[in-house]
Amino acid sequence: MGFDLLSELPKLLWLVIGVAGFLAVFGVLLLAVDRGPRTRREWWQAACFLGPAALLLLVGLVYPVVRTTVLSFMDGPGQAWVGLRNYAWMFTRPEILVVLRNTLLWVLVAPALATATGLVYAVLVDRARYESLAKSLLFMPMAISFVGASIIWKFVYAHRPAGSDQIGLLNQVWTLLGGEPRLWLLDQPLNTLLLIVILIWIQAGFAMVILSAAIKAIPTDIIEAARIDGVSPLQLFWRVTLPMIWPTVAVVLITISVQTLKVFDIVRTVTGGQFSTSVIANEMYNQAFRYGELGQGSALAVFLFVLVVPLVLIQIRSTRRSREAQ
Amino acid sequence: MAPSPTPTTTSPSARRAPLAAARRPARAAGAALLPLVLLASGCGYLAGETGGGGADPGSAACEPYAQWQDIGGSVEMYGPIRDDEAERLRQAWQEFSDCTGIAIDYEGSGEFEAQIQVKVDGGNAPDIAIFPQPGLLARFVESGDALPLPDGAADLAREGWTEDWLSYVEHDGELYATPQASNVKSLVWYSPTVFEENGYEVPRTWDAMIDLSDTMAGDGLKPWCAGIESGEATGWPATDWLENAVLREHGPDVYDQWVEHEIPFDDPKIVESLERVDGILRNPDYVNGGHGGVKSIATTSQQDAGLPVNEGECGMYMMGSFYAANWPEDTDISEGGDIYAFNLPAIDEEVGTPIVGGGEFAAAFTDRPEVVAVQEYLATVGFADSRASLGRWFSAHRDADLELLENPIDRLSAELLRDPDVVFRWDGGDNMPAAVGSGTFWRGMTDWINGKGTEETLTYIEDSW
Repeated sequence: MGFDLLSELPKLLWLVIGVAGFLAVFGVLLLAVDRGPRTRREWWQAACFLGPAALLLLVGLVYPVVRTTVLSFMDGPGQAWVGLRNYAWMFTRPEILVVLRNTLLWVLVAPALATATGLVYAVLVDRARYESLAKSLLFMPMAISFVGASIIWKFVYAHRPAGSDQIGLLNQVWTLLGGEPRLWLLDQPLNTLLLIVILIWIQAGFAMVILSAAIKAIPTDIIEAARIDGVSPLQLFWRVTLPMIWPTVAVVLITISVQTLKVFDIVRTVTGGQFSTSVIANEMYNQAFRYGELGQGSALAVFLFVLVVPLVLIQIRSTRRSREAQ
Repeated sequence: MAPSPTPTTTSPSARRAPLAAARRPARAAGAALLPLVLLASGCGYLAGETGGGGADPGSAACEPYAQWQDIGGSVEMYGPIRDDEAERLRQAWQEFSDCTGIAIDYEGSGEFEAQIQVKVDGGNAPDIAIFPQPGLLARFVESGDALPLPDGAADLAREGWTEDWLSYVEHDGELYATPQASNVKSLVWYSPTVFEENGYEVPRTWDAMIDLSDTMAGDGLKPWCAGIESGEATGWPATDWLENAVLREHGPDVYDQWVEHEIPFDDPKIVESLERVDGILRNPDYVNGGHGGVKSIATTSQQDAGLPVNEGECGMYMMGSFYAANWPEDTDISEGGDIYAFNLPAIDEEVGTPIVGGGEFAAAFTDRPEVVAVQEYLATVGFADSRASLGRWFSAHRDADLELLENPIDRLSAELLRDPDVVFRWDGGDNMPAAVGSGTFWRGMTDWINGKGTEETLTYIEDSW
């Protein structure tokens, strides 16, 4: 089927309706602000402008959180109370323990390596020739969706029997070095590490861009002073650059950690969660939507939520602190 | 998004001139009204968009649909059938729609199993859904969302299909769905050309099949190929192996007990059957023709796995009748051609060769007159024949016209299914709770291929039930 403008017309119309709806809401809102009481005007304005956002937050965030938490204490179809059984299940079933272990592995390895890669790259290309070209090379994978990147890497890890042409880059290199073609995605925990490489490939560019900007923001007089004192490049990095950009590094680390905790697409696309590579987000989807085990899926979701909250709190606190420092 | 042209309360002209201030609310009201008008007219256009049918209800072609005329309306249908196959489905009921004026709005989704639950929970249930697994439908029967078949459709279904088929959608004596497409999962694909060249014969017993495998291995041909990779459903082809072995080795009664969890999943009988499968699937002398070693089964996709049979690199491939669509276009699929299939031979002569198979069922969530009409139409042999004549599809309907099946494998399968002496059992995994049947069973078998112990695997699945 080719692209037929006429058959796409309803979609375009929906778009117009969407935009018009947005404008209508906005217009009505402004009208309400305008017609509001003359007394306590600030309060009225604040209520009008914050109200819709608060309402959406309530419907889209608070309500689901409460409902999911309630469901996590109920059975599969969400009809009877089971107390803490779902949580007990989560921490005793061997395959769920593997899921928790994998998530831990992801959180420990992926943010650190992605940030480190981005940082080293940013330092190395800083003020080098063709800096922008070098930076855009690392940044480009950011433009690829997780699923797209996963499909690309699935080909990299592909396997063909010994003797035939390898279509997977990794096995091609491996056989050139004299190895037998391997089924890379089968052996745990190596397979989880290979999946983590995909996330690093996507996220290192993000870390690099942010950190590079932070490095450029270091006042040159500090660096010159250090140079006059005769530091080696390594000393400059450890004693001056890194401490100066540490708040930014922390923000990048936390952002990628949150990304990592909710990783889903990579695992689902490359292995489908098989071969002991599943992670919490994946298992949550499986339990709740594929197996109809709402209780167990919700328990996993709540656990994931609990893991993310401290990271978000740290993020908020560090942003507030850096704002106060300015 | 472009900024809104709406004037704001801090507009400088408004602050300066009192006259302008009087006009301000009018302008704001106009700005608020215009989008509302757009909104209303746009929605109106979309709502009135559905077109009418073209055929003359009085014509001879419309004769079979006379009972459903003067109903009209439109029916929303949702199912896992997509793309090309969905198009054939639409063509199959086109005449019905033209003659009766009942529009069938079909939407296919690759995420059907997960999405149907979301739709029903969200109050968005389709009028009719096509279920690929009776176990999934049973969930909605239990929750009271799915409705029993209207009497007319139920009578048609009882006339058309065997008890074995209907038993899967019968709850408390009421039928809940009409059988649609069907398939046979006990087939072994092979190349008649290769068999003839080497003097191999289609085996009549399991032991003969093992002897044949040894002969092939001795001749330097890997006798079997297999692949269980299938996205998030990875593992299911291996479960088909176990189901076939259990059904052939211990008979339908033990099979039913196993599927209904009346005997443990890791009962010694089941262990025995999985060890039998072990002798083929995890035997390095037998597998994996054209793909590598035993473990390559885990990463080879189910679609690609059988292709080496056609290239003479693999002797046999066990896979359902639907695999016919995977061979290259110019392949001659026939008894003396490039590719054909035989029914997996009997292990125990007394049990014979019962069939493991599957298919689809259409069940309804609403009972408007037009939905009832479509339910009845889907239960007729007329629909089965109409769809079958478009290719790659067959029904287990007793009166279906076999001459319409152009693919010899479809015909072979349809003949097997309608034979009153043949015992039919639904793919067991589909009737287990979803967490087992499409969860730990698939995962367990994948781990088993990847080297986990036979008993250990079955115990793992048993513990999850």
